[in-house]
Amino acid sequence: MNITDLTVYELKEKLDKKELTVKQITQAYIDRIIEKEPDVNAFVTPLTDTALEQADKIQEKIDNGEISATYSGIPIGIKDNICTKGVKTTCSSKMLENFVAPYNATVTEKINAEGMIDLGKLNMDEFAMGASTEYSAFKKTRNPWNLNKVPGGSSGGSAAAVAAGLVPWALGSDTGGSIRQPASFCGVVGLKPTYGLVSRYGLVAFASSLDQIGPITKDVRDSAMLLNVIAGHDEKDTTSIQTEKKDYTKALKNDVKGLKIGVPKEYFGEGINSEVKAALEKAIDEYKAMGATVEECSIPIADYALATYYIIACAEASSNLGRFDGIRYGYRTPNYESLKDIFVNSRTEGFGAEVKRRIILGTYVLSSGYYDAYYKKAQQVRTLVKKEFDKAFEKYDVLITPTSPTVAFDIGVRSNNPLEMYLADICTVSVNIAGLPGISIPCGVDSQGMPIGMQIIGKHFDEETILNAAYTYEQRVKFRDKYQPEFKNK
Amino acid sequence: MPREDYEVIIGLEVHSELSTKTKIFCSCPTEFGGAPNTHTCPVCMAMPGTLPVLNEKVVEYAVKAGLATNCEISRNSKNDRKNYFYPDLPKSYQISQFDKPLCEHGYVEIETENGPKKIRLTRIHIEEDAGKLNHDPYGRGSLVDLNRAGVPLIEIVSEPDLRSSSEVEMYMKKLKSILEYIEVSDCKMQEGSLRADVNVSIRPKGSSKLGTRTEMKNMNSFRSIVRAIEYEVDRQVEVIDNGGTITQETLRWDDVSGRTFSMRDKEDAQDYRYFPDPDLVAIKLSDEYIENIRKNLPELPESRKERYIAEYSLTEKEANILTASKYLSDMFEKASKICGNTKAVANWLLSDVSRILNEKEWEPDRIPFAAESLAELITLIEKGTISSAIAKKVLEEMFETPEKMPSKIIEEKGWVQISDEGAIKEVVLKILAANMQSVTDYKAGKDKALGFLVGQAMKETKGKANPQMLNKMFVEEINKM
Repeated sequence: MNITDLTVYELKEKLDKKELTVKQITQAYIDRIIEKEPDVNAFVTPLTDTALEQADKIQEKIDNGEISATYSGIPIGIKDNICTKGVKTTCSSKMLENFVAPYNATVTEKINAEGMIDLGKLNMDEFAMGASTEYSAFKKTRNPWNLNKVPGGSSGGSAAAVAAGLVPWALGSDTGGSIRQPASFCGVVGLKPTYGLVSRYGLVAFASSLDQIGPITKDVRDSAMLLNVIAGHDEKDTTSIQTEKKDYTKALKNDVKGLKIGVPKEYFGEGINSEVKAALEKAIDEYKAMGATVEECSIPIADYALATYYIIACAEASSNLGRFDGIRYGYRTPNYESLKDIFVNSRTEGFGAEVKRRIILGTYVLSSGYYDAYYKKAQQVRTLVKKEFDKAFEKYDVLITPTSPTVAFDIGVRSNNPLEMYLADICTVSVNIAGLPGISIPCGVDSQGMPIGMQIIGKHFDEETILNAAYTYEQRVKFRDKYQPEFKNK
Repeated sequence: MPREDYEVIIGLEVHSELSTKTKIFCSCPTEFGGAPNTHTCPVCMAMPGTLPVLNEKVVEYAVKAGLATNCEISRNSKNDRKNYFYPDLPKSYQISQFDKPLCEHGYVEIETENGPKKIRLTRIHIEEDAGKLNHDPYGRGSLVDLNRAGVPLIEIVSEPDLRSSSEVEMYMKKLKSILEYIEVSDCKMQEGSLRADVNVSIRPKGSSKLGTRTEMKNMNSFRSIVRAIEYEVDRQVEVIDNGGTITQETLRWDDVSGRTFSMRDKEDAQDYRYFPDPDLVAIKLSDEYIENIRKNLPELPESRKERYIAEYSLTEKEANILTASKYLSDMFEKASKICGNTKAVANWLLSDVSRILNEKEWEPDRIPFAAESLAELITLIEKGTISSAIAKKVLEEMFETPEKMPSKIIEEKGWVQISDEGAIKEVVLKILAANMQSVTDYKAGKDKALGFLVGQAMKETKGKANPQMLNKMFVEEINKM
């Protein structure tokens, strides 16, 4: 048995039966990190030095019967835009290279309350802006299936770490696809919860009206388990919704008979790779075979979703990132003679090209004279997108689309072509715009052996239905039994 | 063209700090002062990842202010971000309200020489205060203090309905008094909790077209507001009379030199890129919520004034002065209740207390002693423990050592009135022996002589002898002679 191959559900079973200790699990992950991290580059700040000590403490508490939390002693990795008190939170930016948050994000508090062991902070595109993790100021994370390929982004470190077995599960954040797309590229499960289900307090904001924290896991049951931990209203985040506490694992019924699936044709058109399309069609056939009803449908406004997304996300980002001005924390230029110099040079030197591109774009669309044509118009389209999804959900329980138009691409091929990079989000952004939950699960590999992701979109706060749909498919095709990352091109 | 031929048009943006216990978006205290950056937390220091949570009290206070100034209250309002870079603005945006303020279309009434006048309010909105920059005493630049960052403010925007600096002063005083009465702000101008930006333009009388306006900032007393307006109107008249044109610009008033300086002109006018704050949900107010606040609004200055005239038979002028400041009015009511002598309390507040305030150029809210002290002072006079003359001296002391009750001051200073018959008799006999001529004069019918004798006795006792007793005893003793 290879400990790092086990799901958290399995780890937990073995812990409960005393077949494994916390220390054994932690040690196995540390060994794996030592072995594979040099190839994968998933971590910005590994915390392996303190993990064993933490493991001992937790084991002692478990032995003394002092801990009643469900996931005590289970390791985890956290995307580096989620604040962890006393540990650097860099957002993979030179701007925050040495920033240590003086407080914990709400999700971090929840993870800590569970007694989970934080193995480290995971790499990402700078400030979560990107689709390949190549825009990290520190390192390029590699795809465990093929080290010449990107892991996707922006939560590329989280997805790659889970795929490579460096952590059993991880937290990511998703503004336009940043959990689902890297999950798809790395052959793991990524869930973007409904906007408002998980507190954003302590998530360094990219686009406040779109950002959500969510789990990246080996399988769907783990996804439901980690969602149990992080979901729930937080009085520190007024956009988080009061909902009853649910046990999402109870939704996993392994049965989709009668499930009404809509397949929006707009997501299968131009630009979608034929192998991706074929894999999706096959997956859809599996659903039919399992007793679900499948129908083609249309969400015409989807064509405008990407443009809308980049206006809204950049507008909010231009304001959210204003606080990085060299005054209170983060990078300050050594080159200044005036206040204006501090502002301009700190930001010029501290931010990478993609972040600056989006700040400029966002500043432009909010400027007087352009506001109505861009920002206001985008908000109007946003309303229409919501309406079209609401309409589709009158008829269907879930919608199925590819997660990304392609499989993972080669490192370097898109990093200098922003527009092509933006297209990687085309299937995922509308879910954020509409605030819906979406999950990406692997549904096959292409001719090069790279994983293909299927996106299942659900109604607001109906994570149960998409989790069950994903779980039932997963149980049938058993992707993990057939395919594992091979670290090609090592 | 002489100045009298121009009409002065003034509109005000008044910022008032709300007296909520905690800040608008976090639970830090709003208390004034404190060592730099001690009233702060990750939220008001704008640490990455933090989120604002709107303090419901702020909404309640703003609605109160809106209702007290006859505004319509929006059922559906929101917060917007005003983006600009400045070291005292930690998020690099101020959370304010742009196109959907909480309160709109109100007015307040002022009493001008030509009768009452309504000053229309465009809007009242809520927003957060910024921090403060201090100069590093060691000269290494500026130091940022974020204690004020996130303190709640309301901005009250008037229509350009004001026509003179004295109208502005009346309007400001009226606003201050209303805000104090409804207890939403302590309006301490010296602490910056009430401040105004003044927009001034001029036009030839009879013209209906507005002139170009300038905006003045940094006035922190009624006096400096009046001075700044007078200065700016003179300046504008001079510019126009010399064939120039007024530039739309922001001016900073300098109280020391008594003139304005240009801060920035329209050319580098900021584009604040307002947009709805996605971190905050819409502010939705129900009719019941608003009605509940309306029902529980405290008595406003107008109705208190009318009550004073009717119940205490004060003149309109007296009632006006007493009610203009809630602090003064509350002190009047409290002291009256304790000592039971409304007329005396009113007299003391309107004469001696007001005189001392004027000398000190203080607003009534800086009266340092409590209503209990004033009440005791009046009771001491009534009981004959001190004379009115001594009481005036005691009042002066009360301003200096407000923590001491009048009885304590009198005791310490040895100012207790001599009402002991034996002691009075001793003094009377001594004065009579030394002034036999006056005795003769009095007996000859010169009543003035008695006054002289009493005066001598008062001098002898340093004003402490009970004057009524002196009078009585002098007459008795002279008659015995």
